[in-house]
Amino acid sequence: MEKRTLRDLRPGERAVVSALSGEPLSRRRLADMGITPGTPVFLRKTAPFGDPIEIGLRGYELTLRKSEAEHILLDETEKGMKSWPCGSR
Amino acid sequence: MALRIALIGNPNCGKTTLFNELTGSSQSVGNWPGVTVEKKVGCLKKNSGTEIIDLPGVYSLSPYTMEETVTRDYLIGERPDAVIDILDGTNLERNLYLTLQVMELGLPLVLAVNMMDEVKSRGDTLDCRTLGELLGVPAAPIVARKGEGLPELVTLAEGLARGRLRNSIHLCYDDNAERALNRILCVLADAHLPEKYPLPFCASKLLEGDDSVAEAIGLGTGKRKEIAAIRADYGRKSGPGGRETMMADARYRLIGRIVGEVVTRRRDPQEPTLSDRIDRIATGKWTAVPLFLLVMLGTFAGTFGGPGRALGKLVESGVSFLGLLLTLALNDAGAPVWVRTLFLDAVLGGVGGVLSFLPQVSLLFLFLSILEDSGYMARAAFITDRLLRRIGLTGRSFIPMLMGFGCTTPAIMAAKGMGSERERRLTILLTPFMSCSARLPIYGLFAGIFFTKHQGLVILSMYLTGMLAAVLCGLLLKGTVCRGESSAFVMELPPYRLPAPANLALHVWEKCRGFLVKAGTVIFAMSVAAWFLQNFGPPLHMVEDPAESFFGIFGRWIAPVFAPLGFGNWQSSAALLTGLAAKETVVSTLYIVFGDEGIAAAFTPVSAFSFMLFCLLYMPCMSAFVTVKKELGSWWAACRNALFQTTVAWLVAFAFYQTASMIGHIFGEGSSGRDVALAAFILAAFALIALALSVLYKSLRNFIGGDRPEGCAGCPMQHRCKQKNKP
Repeated sequence: MEKRTLRDLRPGERAVVSALSGEPLSRRRLADMGITPGTPVFLRKTAPFGDPIEIGLRGYELTLRKSEAEHILLDETEKGMKSWPCGSR
Repeated sequence: MALRIALIGNPNCGKTTLFNELTGSSQSVGNWPGVTVEKKVGCLKKNSGTEIIDLPGVYSLSPYTMEETVTRDYLIGERPDAVIDILDGTNLERNLYLTLQVMELGLPLVLAVNMMDEVKSRGDTLDCRTLGELLGVPAAPIVARKGEGLPELVTLAEGLARGRLRNSIHLCYDDNAERALNRILCVLADAHLPEKYPLPFCASKLLEGDDSVAEAIGLGTGKRKEIAAIRADYGRKSGPGGRETMMADARYRLIGRIVGEVVTRRRDPQEPTLSDRIDRIATGKWTAVPLFLLVMLGTFAGTFGGPGRALGKLVESGVSFLGLLLTLALNDAGAPVWVRTLFLDAVLGGVGGVLSFLPQVSLLFLFLSILEDSGYMARAAFITDRLLRRIGLTGRSFIPMLMGFGCTTPAIMAAKGMGSERERRLTILLTPFMSCSARLPIYGLFAGIFFTKHQGLVILSMYLTGMLAAVLCGLLLKGTVCRGESSAFVMELPPYRLPAPANLALHVWEKCRGFLVKAGTVIFAMSVAAWFLQNFGPPLHMVEDPAESFFGIFGRWIAPVFAPLGFGNWQSSAALLTGLAAKETVVSTLYIVFGDEGIAAAFTPVSAFSFMLFCLLYMPCMSAFVTVKKELGSWWAACRNALFQTTVAWLVAFAFYQTASMIGHIFGEGSSGRDVALAAFILAAFALIALALSVLYKSLRNFIGGDRPEGCAGCPMQHRCKQKNKP
């Protein structure tokens, strides 16, 4: 089975980031904004025209395009999801 | 020597509010050398010996955006006496990420934890004392918009700057990170670093793989290799993140521990805040677009509708009253004719005419700052991103575009945080098509004379034409010259907040002051120059007939270019030329060369509309032109932009005038408002059909799948492709 990415998340769903792929530069930018392995994220909604998406992480809201969201791989194992209720919305 | 205290913080953390509270109105706005990032410097309110420098809002000290580079270079190169790091208390986690990087610089540092009132109203607690103790840096709780906690903050900052207080920084990452950092420190120990570069900062940046630091400290190849080996080693130990993110990961882990000790949250994190509830409507699937249109409509109605116009009238009557007084005074003093015309026509007619638009300009800036400060601007970018991407822009282009309705110059400056070079260039090229407030007087003048019944409609059509022109040009250029992939669109959506009135007032005042200064300098000088060129002719003597003047001669020389557009008279050409100094001057020049009644006789409704179209689209004023040059880095690029815009203007005005004239011939009753309406309607229909065809063509091409560009860029199957990023 192919690995799930942030792109595959449905509004209201939550997950934990497992790794980032893509260009080194865009990976660094995402990491600067707080998207690092182990970060619980939550898909708030998609924009009215279908793209970009709005996610909640580390207590704030971030928007990014679906093409970027698919570089954010998710960890949906039991172990990963356990780290969810750690204070972030 | 004066103390220098720098303010640093994330965007949207209340940095500008704090800066305004600390400095009052004693600030000067300029640019950082070499770049067009705004630089604000002010003096501390009660102590003019202390200088406050407002650094650009950044998330990190990486060297990827202009703002980050400016901030980093300033902190390292200039070493301010103290640094105030502002943190948004409601979002401590991400804000501390920057703090850790600033701490590594070893500058005297104090934390200002802002929005403490919001933290409290959420029912959370934030223990600033513990935060300070954990980091070894004093932390002061403040509420910048109410001025709470500022005296304590200033005392701390000044104490640090004078060396009476000292930080005892201890950053303790996890074992793996610490070990890697220590190994790098050992490598750097005998490397003879330039004194300005603090070791801990260099070590962590090198571990991140920041080549610009390696460059700046002049690291040899041998040492670089050693460090690369350390990075690889650390990368293996630190789990699945990858080398680029492992340092960020270590920082965020440390932050997680700190936040856990400092913040206690009482409310259920699932429970929606007020901001969440607003957001549900503001960006909701069905409500977002209507609300967005409503907000835009409200902005324009407020600015150009009743309130703006009423205030404008007030200023206008003030100016004409002043004119009356001046006439009487000049007559009494028995001043010669040329002095009287100079004062009444050039100064009062030119400058005064432009001044009556001050209320509308300030209202527009007021609305724009409300949108910005409330957090709606970011949502507007979120909503429009998909659409703007179709014409080669991004959601971020929306902010410069909207600002373009106020003034093109700051709008072009705002185009810097755009991500990709292609998008930035395209934004800079298309922003001038957004009708800036300086063009409004021109529409007002002609609509008032020729379209008295439909003034609002005619002015609205100008704004819409500008937007349509931008869309069509964007589509055209995206498909031809400016091909390429869209850049990243990663943007914070700040919580909705009530804008602070003091902030708004200061911002609007800044813009108004700019406008007034412009009216007093550029427009004044151009008015006098226009008056001179129109009243004097070769060989430098006053002429009776304006057609004999310098203006007349030069205008006649270029007028044929505009003949096919319906305004081949020298006066219009002269007015367009002076409009290059500032677009408002078109109006004052027209007043000067035609007199009050002359305009109605010289134009027909059709040629007036054509003239308005040309004014809307032709190259922006000198100040915008110079900014474009600065942003794009070359005169040639700026000239190319100007040439493109002027060509578009000529073509649009040409198409309109010829169509309208043809309709006039068919009906055979000379030029009238009906021709204007019909021609505008037909051309708009053509433009929309072209738009629809291009969209259709694109979907069709995607559907068939032929004509694919090389590589993955632009491939419609990109997101489902399994071979992506494989050569």
